[in-house]
Amino acid sequence: MTAQSMTARRTTAQSQYATFLVGDHYLGVDVLGVQEVLRDQHIRAVPLAPPVVAGLINLRGQIIPQLDMRRILQVSPRQTAGADAGVATFSVVVRTEQGAVSLLVDEIDDVVELDASSSEAAPRSVNPQVRALLTGVHKLQHRLLLILDIRRTVDVGAESAGEKD
Amino acid sequence: MEDDDILREFLVESFENLARLDREMVELEQTPGKQDLLASVFRTIHTIKGTCGFLGFTRLEAVAHSAEDILNELRQNRRQLDGPLTSLILQSVDAIKRILNSIQAGGGEGEVFEGALLKDLDRARQGDTAPAPRIEAAAPPREEAKAPDTAAAGHTALRVDVGLLDRLMNLVGELVLTRNQVLQYNSSREEPALNAISQRLNLITAELQEGVMRTRMQPIGLVWNKLPRIVRDLARGLGKEIALEMDGAETELDRTIIEAIADPLIHIVRNSCDHGIEHAAARSAASKPAKGRLALRAYHEGGQVNIEIADDGAGVDPSRVKAKAVERQLISAEQADRLSARDATNLVFLPGFSLAPKVTNVSGRGVGMDVVKTNIERIGGTVELLSEPGRGTTVRVRIPLTLAIIPGLVISAGGERFVIPQVNLHELIRLEGDGAKLVEHVHSTPVLRRRNTLLPLANLNEILGIAAQSPADVVSIVAVEADEHRFGLIVDEIGDTQEIVVKPMGQQLKTLNCYAGATIMGDGRIALILDVDGLGRRAGIIAEAGSAGSGASASEPKTEAAANHTPLLLFRAGNFARLAIPLSQVARLEKIPAENVERAAGRPAVQYRERILPLLDVGEKLGGATADHEMLHVVVCRAAATEGASEFGLVVDEISDILNDTMGAPCASGRAGLLGSAIIGGRVTDFLDLEAVSGDVSGPFEHDLAKLERALARVESGVPA
Repeated sequence: MTAQSMTARRTTAQSQYATFLVGDHYLGVDVLGVQEVLRDQHIRAVPLAPPVVAGLINLRGQIIPQLDMRRILQVSPRQTAGADAGVATFSVVVRTEQGAVSLLVDEIDDVVELDASSSEAAPRSVNPQVRALLTGVHKLQHRLLLILDIRRTVDVGAESAGEKD
Repeated sequence: MEDDDILREFLVESFENLARLDREMVELEQTPGKQDLLASVFRTIHTIKGTCGFLGFTRLEAVAHSAEDILNELRQNRRQLDGPLTSLILQSVDAIKRILNSIQAGGGEGEVFEGALLKDLDRARQGDTAPAPRIEAAAPPREEAKAPDTAAAGHTALRVDVGLLDRLMNLVGELVLTRNQVLQYNSSREEPALNAISQRLNLITAELQEGVMRTRMQPIGLVWNKLPRIVRDLARGLGKEIALEMDGAETELDRTIIEAIADPLIHIVRNSCDHGIEHAAARSAASKPAKGRLALRAYHEGGQVNIEIADDGAGVDPSRVKAKAVERQLISAEQADRLSARDATNLVFLPGFSLAPKVTNVSGRGVGMDVVKTNIERIGGTVELLSEPGRGTTVRVRIPLTLAIIPGLVISAGGERFVIPQVNLHELIRLEGDGAKLVEHVHSTPVLRRRNTLLPLANLNEILGIAAQSPADVVSIVAVEADEHRFGLIVDEIGDTQEIVVKPMGQQLKTLNCYAGATIMGDGRIALILDVDGLGRRAGIIAEAGSAGSGASASEPKTEAAANHTPLLLFRAGNFARLAIPLSQVARLEKIPAENVERAAGRPAVQYRERILPLLDVGEKLGGATADHEMLHVVVCRAAATEGASEFGLVVDEISDILNDTMGAPCASGRAGLLGSAIIGGRVTDFLDLEAVSGDVSGPFEHDLAKLERALARVESGVPA
């Protein structure tokens, strides 16, 4: 993804989403909430941290938590050996009220511009913990794009930290 | 604050406001209807008027007052701003400036009498159309030109946005990290030129760091300013005489620390006034001056700030503190005996502690000193109480100068680096070869003998649940201290000390109490800063706040708080010389003649208070001899699982004692009918498992009893069963 595509003009009634893959899921977040996307950051693991927190990363001198989206979306965790070993990961850094937070994802896709009309709410039968994070589902031609609510996603990390201790 | 300071502050602020006023008045003339501009102008003049009235500058006040009146009318739309009126207000502003300049030069309100201007203002106030501009007023004597240096005060101090200072501090933090990286890179190569540059960078960074840190410094006097009033009011309210002395008000601290320290300090002062200093009569009786003395002292020492709050009051009596702490069940009597006088006085920091015989509106509720301690420790400080009974009490608070950049020791565990803040460090111990055998064990807790005391050890890898990488023959121990508890952290490797920049870890990790934050090392990698207090708690070396062991002894092993203080009934039965049950389960102790024992449903029982009391022979139950006496010792117990009248009797050989003692670490016995063993009153004692042994007398029996009672009730009321 290039900087130009990130800053592409926005038209009314349409929203732009930065999209990425976590396991088999195709997800998007509002592009305005995304600060930057980084590749293969060195993650400092934090012992005793809740599982959804993959660790901390050094973002040009700022230390920010990295949330494991696989854990949050309850997808099978990444294997350190075998098929997943050596495969690049990406950090989607999002802005929140409590500062930047990074979301660890498998692959980065384009910024897509979508009309609100193609969206509808996630079906009730979706796992309620995951459903709570979604603002809607966009029906694209070949697949479905799940739109994540940044704030709720980041709060999941904070809440699980609270439960842990 | 000194009067001089107030005056300077007033001058700085006024010049600043007046500079804005000029611009605003001109703008206002162009857009007369603009209410917010008018309000701002009015506010400025109003502030100056108020402050100079307070400082006693009557002439200045008169000018400002007249101008304010006119502005007020404008504000209420009672008249319109026109050119002449604007000029008049601007002239007033000039006059105010002239007087201020004169004050600044040290000449009071000056010789210039603004009579003409005042007259004009007066007339304008009475509704006259503004007079023709007066040339003499519009061209003021150029006093300031003669003495350009007098304008100095207005320009030596500058108001800076706190947010900007915070950002600067962050940038300096970045620079420190980058410097560390350069130094690390430099140390790995042999380049004289690079060496020289990095040395220079090192020096400049250090100086810049100090400079920026100083911009955030504020004198502790800012907090102390509130105290004279507080002490005066308290003294009045309590009917005491107290003189307050303050020394070192200029001692500077980082503003974040100033903010954090304010409330605890005030609380300590209130405590000293209320509990420390006696009433005049009591003081005279003790041949002390009737007027009590409360002295505050602040000074720098070794990169930290010490604040002492000393009173010459009655002091704290260690034995009274001990007794009170035992009474409130904060510590056990045995723990109290072991405490030194100094440790005992520091029991006042335990949560729930209060020495006050009655609750006053000032203090005595038992909340306070523990909060003081918590708040001070939160900013990396310590607090202790020194007291000489009859002579007075001194509370000494030690706090770091700043929180943002701290020295710390880098250690590694499980292949990752961690930092231990220097303030928590006590000593570093390295045991090699045979030395490693010096680690002994109490039960399963590793300890190290150190100058005749036992240093409890905890393995950092184990606390944090990470894989160890230490070679078995070298043990590196970092002796740390937190909350007055000293313990040794076993780490894989001890590194060097560094200045580190403390950074928050983010919302998601805030609740992990074993980290104080994170920092970035010379190579750009992140290291976690350990919170020694949190680690101690996690390892069980430091008791959780509120439980009995807290603050009492550094080498106190972890005990089960719940079982810590139960009063116990000790007795002998069968082959067991010393058995115990919690006194809370005992209803009464009885002696019953053996011949009274009957059988109920095949089980032994006696008639007792018009009920059937099932009996249980403890000796027999535990696989020993049956009690064979003419008089049976019966412990009447409440059946644990049920409420109400259900009771059963334990037949024992002899009742030995009732003890209220601290239980050592219990060990499980694995024997049916026994919970385990522990040392009570200096002897090994077995705990009877009441629930297990009483199961066949209380449980089913109770059940049947209930059914029986229901059946009886039906018979009585004539309902067929």
